[in-house]
Amino acid sequence: MSDGGQVHKGGGDSSQDDEHQQPEAAAGASTGEDTKELLDDVDELLDEIDDVLEENAEEFVRAYVQKGGQ
Amino acid sequence: MSSALGGGLTPKFVGVETEFGITVDGPSEVNPVLASSLVVGAYRLPGDGDVGFDHSDEHPMRDARRAEVPDPHEPVVDDELGLANTVLTNGARFYVDHAHPEYATPECANARDLVIWDKAGERILEDAARRATATLPPGSRVLIHKNNTDGKGAAYGMHENYLVSRAVPFGRLTRELLPFFVSRPVYAGAGRLGTEFDRDVPFQLSQRADFFEVEVGLETTLKRPLMNTRDEPHADPDRYRRLHVINGDATLCEVATLVKVGAMLLVLDVIEEGSLPAMPGLAHPVEAFQQVSHDLTCSRPLRMDDGSRMTALEIQWVYLDACKRSVKERGVEDAVTREVLTRWETVLSTAADDPRRLSGLVDWATKLELLEGYRGRHGLDWDHDRLKMVDLQYHDVRQDKGLYQRLAARDRVERLVTDAEVAHAIERPPRDTRAWFRGECIRRFREQIVAAGWDSLIFDLGRDALQRVPMMEPGRGTEAQLGALLDEVSSAKELLDRLTR
Repeated sequence: MSDGGQVHKGGGDSSQDDEHQQPEAAAGASTGEDTKELLDDVDELLDEIDDVLEENAEEFVRAYVQKGGQ
Repeated sequence: MSSALGGGLTPKFVGVETEFGITVDGPSEVNPVLASSLVVGAYRLPGDGDVGFDHSDEHPMRDARRAEVPDPHEPVVDDELGLANTVLTNGARFYVDHAHPEYATPECANARDLVIWDKAGERILEDAARRATATLPPGSRVLIHKNNTDGKGAAYGMHENYLVSRAVPFGRLTRELLPFFVSRPVYAGAGRLGTEFDRDVPFQLSQRADFFEVEVGLETTLKRPLMNTRDEPHADPDRYRRLHVINGDATLCEVATLVKVGAMLLVLDVIEEGSLPAMPGLAHPVEAFQQVSHDLTCSRPLRMDDGSRMTALEIQWVYLDACKRSVKERGVEDAVTREVLTRWETVLSTAADDPRRLSGLVDWATKLELLEGYRGRHGLDWDHDRLKMVDLQYHDVRQDKGLYQRLAARDRVERLVTDAEVAHAIERPPRDTRAWFRGECIRRFREQIVAAGWDSLIFDLGRDALQRVPMMEPGRGTEAQLGALLDEVSSAKELLDRLTR
């Protein structure tokens, strides 16, 4: 179990991943043109997240505490 | 339904209960039990009477491992008295459970219907939360998330319920299902940041996996077992048991929900048939479940009890192959079964090829793509609060704010059912199970129904005694069987007179 759990991008400490690799990793292997299209797509998506994400995100997630259930 | 099965197998039915996350944002101090009650209560349409839930046939502490069947008249411990608890015209139950609003779908006869009535639940919760918000002082709002953990140590459930033949011994059911449960987060996981363990796990496939501690047991809120033994069939207990599956995640992706439930239904047929090929069990099922959840490559081998090793995908292929063979031999050709097998194969092949390409098909990969993109753009650490907000807001049921809902509206995730089908399912029950009779009676005779349960309706016709209509067969009470009768009668009294004639 101790070997479980890395977000797999080139091994190493995932919290220090090179952020420039992220879009490629997300888009997967593809041709140059496909990649560009996917990157535009991802960009649009991220714009949208910025638009709708709760403004008080930090406060919101800290206050988000649920009672246990089943 | 039974004609599609072939091979004389018991017809399978499925229903799913979801405990939703609930939070009141703003100055109002509202405890979660009260907030949940507010949400469930708010959904009742103005002028509608309240149809309560009939608990008289419930035995939540009945244990599948016990040979004897307890006295059906034993008192039932009910800690929910006084809390909102209603039955809807679509045949679903909508109530408060463990400080969460809970939606239990009506009984469905196939996996595609389950997807539709599960989606209807998201819309019902969205609507109910909006109505509840309107009752709060300005600045406060009720938010609902279809998730299973707050990431701070609390978990709450998505429970699948399958009607299975009493003839299948529980021990065999357990043995043959454990490897299936352990390996299915590959497509059935809703994904989450972080872990409940003291380890470096930035992201994992399952919301629930870290909360499981034992292989088999009756509990659902502590010492959670992979195989739950609650045996409360809400049907003829001599013929059926209810398999109560508590180890799954609430899924939003329609493909994930279809395969999660559809594969289970087919696997249960194969187990009933006795045609699952011999395979080793897992050496340590609980640890393996967490190992699968923590492995984003979907490729790490799990230790089996004969000393061999198998990956989660290899285990899933054993089940898929057995289901394909069984379906072919039984001559089952319905469209939903074909779709389940095709989608199941697609998610396994895709996961084998590159698990990241499951984005748009299953929740964990879809969410991970959002998180990685967002993290890259803003240069955030994995434990940054804004990433946690993305994780949480993925599950928000609001169509204009929930990240999954936004993706679905733009067809960035694959859809299997239409908005029109979901809209219909908000108000109407499935046509081919007893839920049809329940929902239609509530729609037409609400004033005369004092309580509704999974297996009965109780009418008050103004006579000395209340009249209880038992519905012990989940496949009886369909539109085909009772549609004409319900259309002919003009009152509940006439209906009961005709039914008991």
